[in-house]
Amino acid sequence: MSEQRSSEEKNADNKASDQSIRYVNLYETPDKIYTRRITGFFQNIRRYTGLPLIAAYLLLPWLVIDGRPAVLFDLPARKFHVLWMTFWPQDFMLLAWLLIISAFSLFTVTVLLGRVWCGFTCPQTVWTMMFMSVEHIVEGDRNKRIKLDRQGWTFEKISKKTVKHSLWILIGFITGATFIGYFVPIRELLAGLIPFRNDLGMLQIGVSPVAAFWTLFFTTMTYLNAGWMREQVCKYMCPYARFQSVMYDSDTLAVHYDPKRGERRGTRKPTDDYKAKGLGDCIDCSWCVQVCPVDIDIRDGLQYDCINCGLCVDACNAVMDKMKYPRGLIRFTSEDELKTGKTRFIRPRLFGYSFAVLAMISAFSYVLLSRTALSVDVIRDRGARLYRIAGDQVQNVYTIKINNMDDEPHEYSIELDGKYPFELRNYRPMRIEAGEVFTLPLRISIPRSELNTEKAKLKFIVTAQDDPELQAVETTNFIGPAVKKRR
Amino acid sequence: MSTFWSLWIIVLTVVCLALVTWVLFANRKVAVSDDEEPENRTTGHVYDGIEEYDNPLPRWWFNLFVATLVFTVAYLIWFPGLGAWKGIGGWTQENQLEAEQGKALEEYKSSYDVYSQMSIEELVHDGKAMKMATRLFANNCAVCHGADGGGNFSFPNLTDNDWLYGGSPEAIKHTLTQGRNGNMPPWGPILGEQKVAQVSEYVLKLSSQDYDLKLATEGESVFSQNCAACHGAEGKGMHALGAPNLTDNIWLYDGSREGIIHSVRMGLNNHMPAQKDLLREEKIHLLTAYVYSLSFEYE
Repeated sequence: MSEQRSSEEKNADNKASDQSIRYVNLYETPDKIYTRRITGFFQNIRRYTGLPLIAAYLLLPWLVIDGRPAVLFDLPARKFHVLWMTFWPQDFMLLAWLLIISAFSLFTVTVLLGRVWCGFTCPQTVWTMMFMSVEHIVEGDRNKRIKLDRQGWTFEKISKKTVKHSLWILIGFITGATFIGYFVPIRELLAGLIPFRNDLGMLQIGVSPVAAFWTLFFTTMTYLNAGWMREQVCKYMCPYARFQSVMYDSDTLAVHYDPKRGERRGTRKPTDDYKAKGLGDCIDCSWCVQVCPVDIDIRDGLQYDCINCGLCVDACNAVMDKMKYPRGLIRFTSEDELKTGKTRFIRPRLFGYSFAVLAMISAFSYVLLSRTALSVDVIRDRGARLYRIAGDQVQNVYTIKINNMDDEPHEYSIELDGKYPFELRNYRPMRIEAGEVFTLPLRISIPRSELNTEKAKLKFIVTAQDDPELQAVETTNFIGPAVKKRR
Repeated sequence: MSTFWSLWIIVLTVVCLALVTWVLFANRKVAVSDDEEPENRTTGHVYDGIEEYDNPLPRWWFNLFVATLVFTVAYLIWFPGLGAWKGIGGWTQENQLEAEQGKALEEYKSSYDVYSQMSIEELVHDGKAMKMATRLFANNCAVCHGADGGGNFSFPNLTDNDWLYGGSPEAIKHTLTQGRNGNMPPWGPILGEQKVAQVSEYVLKLSSQDYDLKLATEGESVFSQNCAACHGAEGKGMHALGAPNLTDNIWLYDGSREGIIHSVRMGLNNHMPAQKDLLREEKIHLLTAYVYSLSFEYE
């Protein structure tokens, strides 16, 4: 109801003199949400899943393996270093598999437990929680915050707000710098962000302007997202939020209010015999609304904004304990359970998604384990002629790209394999450095008398001379002069 | 860009921007009739009994629109976009290119400096230098001379030890730096068809192909009077002029009877562009070594 009142206040000034028509704003600022702080089972889970994730996020860029960062997405060099492995653009398939695995895992979890990803582990939620804690520590609890916002700009208000926003920006900066630390070695980044005077007396920074810009960008975005946008992101922007709702069925565990137990709502003393008054267990204290980060009333039933974070469950259980009523008036349960008292966990959907996850994990593992650190590409020379005749020889020219994805330099030998006695003319084994891509021309020739076709298959077998395991095969065509058809 | 087109673009851009801004701001309010609460209005869409509220849009969305407009204005002031307006940021395509080139130069300067000090002979045996040169060749020369330097119709083969202008490192470097203009005058109008046919037959004989004895014998005197000045008395060619050797059956153009007749009749013009303004000294030095090394037999 409070929402409607405030909207009317907003629209009061929009009333035109005309009695039948009035104008309202097409765009509205949503009401600010003041959440009451609550502790309990689910809040603890949120806290203790969030902390290790944040710790991992913050610490990973600082880890060093073999003298280079453990995780580094080196965009200029187009190489992704993850722990002991180096990924190349050619390995993009792996990223696709990984994303598909993540997607199907999300589906599986959603079918079982509803939007728990949103409520418990989503970065948007975790960072919002952090920012809310800062708010709570600096400005006090819900009632104090409301009062603070309503009063004029006193010294106390200005100082509190300044401290709060400074802390927010600081957290934002740590987040942003850490994020860019995955792309630029973080020690260099932090050292390079400090401005210094160069020889000309101008201020400059050591890192590239691009890195500085993105650090600033993510700082700002973190500050805006977790400080100002918060639930707006989940309600209006997030695509996952939209399609997770689609995976709900009547057996999905989600936060529900049990109307059978709760209705009729009403205030009472703990000592009253409320059942005689015809009241249910809900004492209408509105705690469940006050703690809700997306500002909904769960007692109206399941809504699309609900992120399944369980805070209202904690709040209601705390009240029930005080009233000495049994817990679970608001609880994680399913529609079916509310109706029939039973939840069917085993259902085809779950099997389908689980199978998909397993299949994708197998595919991912297979691709990951079967990678060779060598890739070869053969391109026919895009010259004017398809083939060249030199004396009694037919020649084709190819450019071969040898990409040494190993951490060691290698010399590679090239062998030919085909139906015809092709000969490789101008190749000297070359030392190719670790991580180097080298392109070199190859001339393949064959006596004209040996070739009785216009197009022959030809295999290039490239092998590292010091490691026969390191081998790649590429097939291409050899084009020869037209063969005179026998009449 | 002429003044008219510059104005044309400016007017179009500014008017469009103003229109978009007007549309955005003019539609900030919607009319509702008094008899319904705006909170309970629906869009009228019903799907399976589910109705859609016609709630106001979030304010930040409007603000995002405004932000894009502000960005547009700032961009058009900073960068060249409005007709002939240069932008106050001083950005030009050429500037950016030069900056990037400067960076690349900085990056490779050290290795180029080392290689510039080395002789061609030393470079040929330096694996790293040869790799660099291979890349340079692929980027700058392979388009005409083939990826392997094996040549194409009218583009010389660089791998066969037959040189038009000489195969010493100095000659190769001269070719790369200054370019070459090979030019044989059209002999058709001067000699007449009869003599062209005769001398072409003689050239067939020189290059040990099948020839007509009578014509070739007549062609020999035509050759020594008109062609020997450049191609030499024996037809062995002359490096000073880039006149090809006619006796080795290596042909830049078509070496068949028809092809030779055509070449003699119409003359030929060959042009190797000078690289001195396109490639820097250091690169030419490396490429010289590479081209020089191509004519060795690697087995």
